[in-house]
Amino acid sequence: MQTATAGQGAARTPLARFFASTLGRKAVMALTGVVMFGFLLGHLAGNLLMFAGKNATGTAYRMDEYAAQLHSMPALVWGTRVVLLLSVAAHVWVAVSLASMSSAARPVAYKVVKTQQATLASKFMKYGGFLIFAFIVYHLLHFTVGVAHHDFKPGQVYANVVAGFSQPAVSGAYAVAMVSLCLHLYHGLYSFFLTMGFNHPTYTPRIRTGAQVVAVALAAGFLSIPVAVLAGVIKA
Amino acid sequence: MRLTLHVWRQRNGRAEGQFVKYDMPNASEDMSFLEMLDVLNEGLVAQGQDPVAFDHDCREGICGMCGFVINGVPHGPERGTTACQLHMRKFKDGDELWIEPWRASAFPVLKDLSVNRSAFDRIIQAGGFISVHTGSAPDGNALPIAKEASDRAMDAAQCIGCGACVAACPNASASLFTAAKIGHLGLLPQGQPERDRRAVSMVERMNAEGFGHCSNLGECEAACPKEISIEFIARMNRDYLGGAFSQRPAGARIED
Ligand code: HEM
Ligand code: FES
Repeated sequence: MQTATAGQGAARTPLARFFASTLGRKAVMALTGVVMFGFLLGHLAGNLLMFAGKNATGTAYRMDEYAAQLHSMPALVWGTRVVLLLSVAAHVWVAVSLASMSSAARPVAYKVVKTQQATLASKFMKYGGFLIFAFIVYHLLHFTVGVAHHDFKPGQVYANVVAGFSQPAVSGAYAVAMVSLCLHLYHGLYSFFLTMGFNHPTYTPRIRTGAQVVAVALAAGFLSIPVAVLAGVIKA
Repeated sequence: MRLTLHVWRQRNGRAEGQFVKYDMPNASEDMSFLEMLDVLNEGLVAQGQDPVAFDHDCREGICGMCGFVINGVPHGPERGTTACQLHMRKFKDGDELWIEPWRASAFPVLKDLSVNRSAFDRIIQAGGFISVHTGSAPDGNALPIAKEASDRAMDAAQCIGCGACVAACPNASASLFTAAKIGHLGLLPQGQPERDRRAVSMVERMNAEGFGHCSNLGECEAACPKEISIEFIARMNRDYLGGAFSQRPAGARIED
């Protein structure tokens, strides 16, 4: 068991040692998670334009105008995509590496498993993370590339969203993903502060409540769109 | 009271283990859990069978030797209590109990319920020395320590190293133990000179021993017989993140 001796450790750079440690990897997970969270806030704000209808002159949907404007700034679009891609890749790499270390750390399972205070959200991280990953792939093929969409019209964001969500199975898949995201974000946002070393008897409980509120609000915000489409509030 | 016990029996570290069912017809409510196992063992010895091996020493909740998992919970159902201080009145007549050793690759089973926790000793060793004057006792109150710091250091120093935190963690992480050890020195003035280096090398030792990571679930805190808070884990993270890049190569000069 005397593997990583002090001598070997000292020869490696601090950064290599940091990425090899579980605490360093958790910090990567927490920071990349927060980057993705930041993107989700912006993404949601943009998506809510689905409720804004047409522009003042009635010539185009505000959603479509916004999308066109975004795509007229390729540096912004591609910059965001690169940052997100790197974040997802790092986050998933760390999640997989830590999960495999954790199963190696407990090779023989308990006969009776009983948790005392872990929340449902915290126990669901791995599975929810996997569902979210699958969802991201599907979501990109559905609304960005269009190959997973039954009636995709490039550039017509509003029409694509309405057509996509009027299929209950598609809306259902989005709902499953958003519930997973809500749970993942609740434990993730709360956990972020502990992982980064912040704990305070007054603020940690408030952070927990805040994480719940933010996670539910974010998921509800995204879900409001398929619900509105199915309810006929948003229509073509 | 009558109990049915399913006890993990394993001849040694290389052997396969399995649960063996024992009938316990005459447990008394006033016995501690270990005394109940003593009664079981006396019966086994009388029948010429091998008694169940389990660790114990003080039997008063202070040495950290005892411990196994009872129905999925390290040290059993009573919070803040070691197995030796757990009384049978916490169970009901007719209960069926599954008794298993701490399960972690870093804690190999020696025999039955007894595991090798030397990995904890190596984590402590990795912490190294602290710079204090030895020799004659220092003057009382010569070194001022804030009341809050000394209280919190004492909270961390309550850790008896039993390993229940590792046993309770789904990742078999030793974070609570390591954090308590880093925290109790890190809160005191005597622990300051080597604070960064100690945090980094204890964390690296913990990883090298094969313990998992922390998912901030809090199961360790719930299982800890000394009720040490996961607040110390956040503190360890802070010390580690600060210390990881503060170390300079030997001989580096200011201009480098
Ligand atoms: C892409 C697919 C994803 C996978 C496979 C994944 C997986 C995971 C896993 C397994 C954990 C818990 C690790 C542990 O402590 O045991 C985690 C934590 C976390 N995730 Fe994700 N996740 C994904 C997407 C996301 C997204 C989209 C966000 C943000 C919106 C996010 C934010 C976070 C945060 C903030 C944490 C907490 C880090 C910490 O514990 O400090 N994740 N992720
Ligand atoms: S035997 Fe010493 S703590 Fe239980």
